[in-house]
Amino acid sequence: MTSKIGLKVASVVTALYSGVATAAYQLNFSRGATRLTEDIYDLHNLMMWIITVIFCAVFGVMFYSVYAHRKSVGHKAAQFHENTAVELAWTIVPFFILIAMAIPATKTLLEVRDASNPDVTVKVTGYQWKWGYDYIKGEGEGVAFLANLSTPHDQIYGSETKGEHYLLETDRHLVLPVGKKIRILATAADVIHAWFVPDLGVKQDAIPGFVRDTWFRAEREGIFRGQCAELCGKDHGFMPIVVEVVSAEKYTAWVAETKKAMAAAADDPDKKWVLADFKVRGEKVYGSICVTCHQANGQGIKGAFPALDGSKVVKGPKSGQIDVVLNGRPNTAMAAFGKQLSDTDIAAAITFTRNSWSNSTGEVVQPSEVKAARK
Amino acid sequence: MSAVIDSHGHAHDDHGGEDHGHPSGLMRWVSTTNHKDIGTLYLWFSFIMFLTGGVMALTIRAELWQPGIQIVQPEFFNQMTTYHGIIMVFGAIMPAFVGFANWQIPLMIGAPDMAFPRMNNWSFWLLPVAAILLVSSLAMGGAGVGWTMYAPLTTQAGPGMDLLIFAVHILGMSSIMGSINIVTTILNMRAPGMTLMKMPMFVWTWLITAYLLIAVMPVLAGAVTMTLTDRHFGTSFFNAAGGGDPVLYQHIFWFFGHPEVYIIAIPAFGVVSQVIPAFSRKPLFGYASMVYATSSIAILSFIVWAHHMYTTGMPVAGQLYFMYATMLIAVPTGVKVFNWVATMWKGSLSFETPMLFALGFLFLFTLGGFTGLVLSMTPVDVPLHDTYYVVAHFHYVMVAGALFSAMSGIYFWLPKWTGKMYDETLGKWHFWLSLIFFNVTFFVQHFLGLAGMPRRIPDYNPQFTEFNEISSIGAFGFGLSQLLFLYIVLKCIRSGEKAPQKPWDGADTLEWTHLPTPVPYHTFENPPTVK
Repeated sequence: MTSKIGLKVASVVTALYSGVATAAYQLNFSRGATRLTEDIYDLHNLMMWIITVIFCAVFGVMFYSVYAHRKSVGHKAAQFHENTAVELAWTIVPFFILIAMAIPATKTLLEVRDASNPDVTVKVTGYQWKWGYDYIKGEGEGVAFLANLSTPHDQIYGSETKGEHYLLETDRHLVLPVGKKIRILATAADVIHAWFVPDLGVKQDAIPGFVRDTWFRAEREGIFRGQCAELCGKDHGFMPIVVEVVSAEKYTAWVAETKKAMAAAADDPDKKWVLADFKVRGEKVYGSICVTCHQANGQGIKGAFPALDGSKVVKGPKSGQIDVVLNGRPNTAMAAFGKQLSDTDIAAAITFTRNSWSNSTGEVVQPSEVKAARK
Repeated sequence: MSAVIDSHGHAHDDHGGEDHGHPSGLMRWVSTTNHKDIGTLYLWFSFIMFLTGGVMALTIRAELWQPGIQIVQPEFFNQMTTYHGIIMVFGAIMPAFVGFANWQIPLMIGAPDMAFPRMNNWSFWLLPVAAILLVSSLAMGGAGVGWTMYAPLTTQAGPGMDLLIFAVHILGMSSIMGSINIVTTILNMRAPGMTLMKMPMFVWTWLITAYLLIAVMPVLAGAVTMTLTDRHFGTSFFNAAGGGDPVLYQHIFWFFGHPEVYIIAIPAFGVVSQVIPAFSRKPLFGYASMVYATSSIAILSFIVWAHHMYTTGMPVAGQLYFMYATMLIAVPTGVKVFNWVATMWKGSLSFETPMLFALGFLFLFTLGGFTGLVLSMTPVDVPLHDTYYVVAHFHYVMVAGALFSAMSGIYFWLPKWTGKMYDETLGKWHFWLSLIFFNVTFFVQHFLGLAGMPRRIPDYNPQFTEFNEISSIGAFGFGLSQLLFLYIVLKCIRSGEKAPQKPWDGADTLEWTHLPTPVPYHTFENPPTVK
């Protein structure tokens, strides 16, 4: 153990000494994939140089004093305790240093905040605990989907080896064209989240009830990963963001393909389902949405999230449960899923919970019933 | 100097300080109105809270040792970060400095006690009540909302949140009472001849801090009360659906929260401003500019709050204003650092434990100040906000700043308070272990933040593993080193060598020059005269 720790310390010291920043020992910002991330990188480096110079000057004096003015070498204390000229100088000079820092910072900031004239506008909605994307303007308008964490449970709990993109992978990627100005409108459905992708230089709080914007223009193709940066409850660490930047042609193809898939996946809201089929579908919905709080065994988490197994609401009248799922429970983590899921998915999930574990109502909730319950 | 020792001091010393027939045993502590007893209570209370918050920190670091969920579930992890923050800020650091204020302010200004001794008793005894509420809050399911308690996450939390709110209320009451007491004592009870500009710097810093506390604790109380009514009484202060605004909470919280940073830092400046001159055997350089710089920091602290909120999407003009205002704080802070260095310049320096901790403070607090300057720049802050860079930054200010300064103060005044010397060798061990492990823990977190690791996550991508391992090793080393501190203090009290009246030849405030060691139970019943 000790030798392992020793090795670790030694390897860090080596990494620091040689200044080689490997992926594992990244010591600075990444240069990122936009011009603004380059600007921020340079601005930060400029700051670090100024700081290093001040640091060396101040602590050079201090350590010289520690060395030369020791009592143990017989240094006698002088008794001066003020010097107006020096005091004025070290009050005024910092102002000029600060102005030198503020000028490039102001320039960069004005660009960072200029989200005008975008090519594509995407609304990003934070949910506990996933991201929803709606392409609302520009090429791709109309595309909408949710992106969930795709890292398997077994990797998180250690019974399976962790992949390279552990916790930074989602089932759907936010696909966007390279070289185009992308405006992000961030909002949230429940609590505050933050949409953070380091390589694209964006971090924007997603605030329920408000829309805030940010933007980026990726200069190269690639997959850029990030995650929620504002504490949003239990699974705050498990709602990653994956942005896939592709060429204009690929993007056009992706939009067409996605729109086709969306049309094909659209359910007939008036279809009558039978229990066995619908339960299978409901299990899928439950497994990607409800399971984070109510757990696979339907027992919830005591004190935080109620059990569905044996629940009065689940075993009670359909209308009561439909209402809770559609409209949520105010002031709790139970979201209004009416805004996120289709009638069919809601009906399927409800059907699943009413016929699983010890619950056996034998009832099927049809999509039409959910549709009727929507106001 | 012994000729001027207050005769009452001697009289009490002869009786072992046990005249006036005050109760002994437990009741002595429950009913005490003596500033020294209350100071001791504050300090022990804060140390117990420090260990409690420390265990929570170690729980966090143990979970973060490796990627994956191993030791605690995410829900509990969030509670640990929340309670660690609240306990360290309100339970450990703030009461520690109020403890110093209680012990030292009357001794340093030549007053017999605090102005309102009974209120003093009450302001301490509210703290254990708040601590019990905090612990019960955790037992009732807790609230994993972060120490900043942002709405509307707090609206969702369970009943533990209500107890947390009440605990904050009570902590606030305690602070306000303590502050009123400190302001009144300083303004009214100084010895004849001690003008404001002759007060020891520690007293000045507390005068300023107490005003900050009185100004902002009610603001925090308001914020959490609004949360409470949003939770239970149908209001919508922070709920957009009812016409409120979640970001309003952040504005109110940080209007408290930024001055709070200086409430913690300014008394720390005060302690260091006593210790550095004493061990440099040279008067504090630029006393007047020190007072003005501290006051400027306090005033500026009220007008920079939204630099904690650069990513909320406020208008660009707002961001520019808060960026410039925040950068301005570097000026008075720089003045203080330059003054301390100039105090040492051409002094006659010696490096006993209090001085070591003061220099550790000076060095590391300045590093924290530098990263603060980096974070003040809005475009650079955006990628760093809510990442480990920020965690590293504020631990440099809070731990290497405030905590190191408190340690320095304890080693500095312990001989005076107990009449016994601590073990110098062990003290130096404590310093060097703390210094090294602190940096092992927190320096690497800068890199994690630059690489984009968000704070408050229980699990992370394997690319962050190495630095997290190093940080966890440092944290456990740092935690264990503090047990050495406990041993040193206990050893000093039980079997330390007898301390001389003035163990530090450069110390020149009233408690060293006018009072015997240990200080008697009652002091300065007749005020000394200050030239």
